[in-house]
Amino acid sequence: MFLSEGDLQAIWLTVRLAGVVTLILLLLGTPIAWWLARSKAWWKGPICAVVALPLVLPPSVLGFYLLLVMGPNGPVGHLMTALGVGLLPFTFWGLVLASVFYSMPFMVQPLQTAFEAIGERPLEVAATLRASPLDAFFTVAVPLAKPGFLTASVLTFAHTVGEFGVVLMIGGNLPGVTRVASVQIYDHVEGMEYLDAHRLSAVMLIFSFLVLLAIYAWRPKPVKGA
Amino acid sequence: MKLLQLLRILLATVICASLAHAEEVSVAVAANFTGPMEKIAPAFEKATGHKASVAYGTVGKFYAQIKNGAPFDVLISADDETPIRLEKDGLALAPSRFTYAIGKLVLWSAKPGLVDDKGEVLKHGDFKHLAIANPKVAVYGAAAMEAMKKLGVDSALEPKLVLGESITQAYQFTATGNAELGFVALSQIFKNGQYAPGSYWLVPPTLYTQIRQDAVLLSHGKDNAAATALLTYLKSDAAKLVIRAHGYEF
Repeated sequence: MFLSEGDLQAIWLTVRLAGVVTLILLLLGTPIAWWLARSKAWWKGPICAVVALPLVLPPSVLGFYLLLVMGPNGPVGHLMTALGVGLLPFTFWGLVLASVFYSMPFMVQPLQTAFEAIGERPLEVAATLRASPLDAFFTVAVPLAKPGFLTASVLTFAHTVGEFGVVLMIGGNLPGVTRVASVQIYDHVEGMEYLDAHRLSAVMLIFSFLVLLAIYAWRPKPVKGA
Repeated sequence: MKLLQLLRILLATVICASLAHAEEVSVAVAANFTGPMEKIAPAFEKATGHKASVAYGTVGKFYAQIKNGAPFDVLISADDETPIRLEKDGLALAPSRFTYAIGKLVLWSAKPGLVDDKGEVLKHGDFKHLAIANPKVAVYGAAAMEAMKKLGVDSALEPKLVLGESITQAYQFTATGNAELGFVALSQIFKNGQYAPGSYWLVPPTLYTQIRQDAVLLSHGKDNAAATALLTYLKSDAAKLVIRAHGYEF
């Protein structure tokens, strides 16, 4: 086999993590993006900034804070212990929580742009046809924002696949639980197993290229003279 | 003409400075030796007039970087294998290599009373996570695995192990309490003759292969006076005092 069992396990884990995170962010990011696209509240700015924070912050900062916040002496750690869930570092769901925060801008920003592009008009028309706001959202806004949903989902998935620093800081490198592909590659390099590192890196490279290719190929072509 | 004069003075300064043989040594230092090196580097600069620019990290990463042309002059390693490997690659000078310290492994918890002075806690397994450095890449991690195997607790503890990418991260996991206890380097919890708060067990040297930490002159630094001076300084009594104060032996 081209890839070792450990490599395949890491890839499968990565895909699962990215899938779960994308799904959660679709549910969580959509209302946030919708609100950001239409709100005129003064605290829209601060919320926008918080959502975009992971774009700017180094993963080491995020990972360090997450380790403290989710640890036994942190607020999330206290909450999770009180709920009987147990501590989140070194678990799959700990990675999910971290990734949801870390990949948030990649879901929210394309969606927000897509929602803003729709404008008020189609929704007003829907309202005159007696569509409830919720109805209008699902029958008008969502179909119109379909390319936005596609871009946002693909970007979120891909960005979670490419995550490294945060996972390294809070994962604990557990095979099948937190040892994702990027960490596995790091391990190969550190362990001086360069051939293994090459193989898995090649897989990641091809995957990333195909994802980006798909996004650019699917992008609707601008209409001439529009 | 003022500019010309200024240039002349500048030129004279540069020549004088280089005549004084103050050079800069770029040194790669294993993570477990961070504490002592932070004291040794300034002392070395003060004693010799040279400058030391220090990078801390895992030895595996340094190996990859040096192999790919990283301009390090000296490697202060966590093992003796990596320096030997670099010698075989023609990237380090064998005669310069020496053991600057023998590393000590310790089982430590930030919680007082958790770790007993016989390491019995490993057999009770009354904890969720035990942090070690990744045994594949870190000497201290490999030593921890060896000790657990000799105690016959390795398979029972395997599901509780969390791996740090370096001994620094194993310490971090333990210090933040995310792992209740962890195998760390003694140098990380023993500073200036004092143990960090918590509880610890000095793992008996019979339970793991001696951790011989070697330093070596790299090919890039062979004509660098500061590099040779640093290796000499590392053998000095002043440096040894610092090294011993961090729990290493010779």
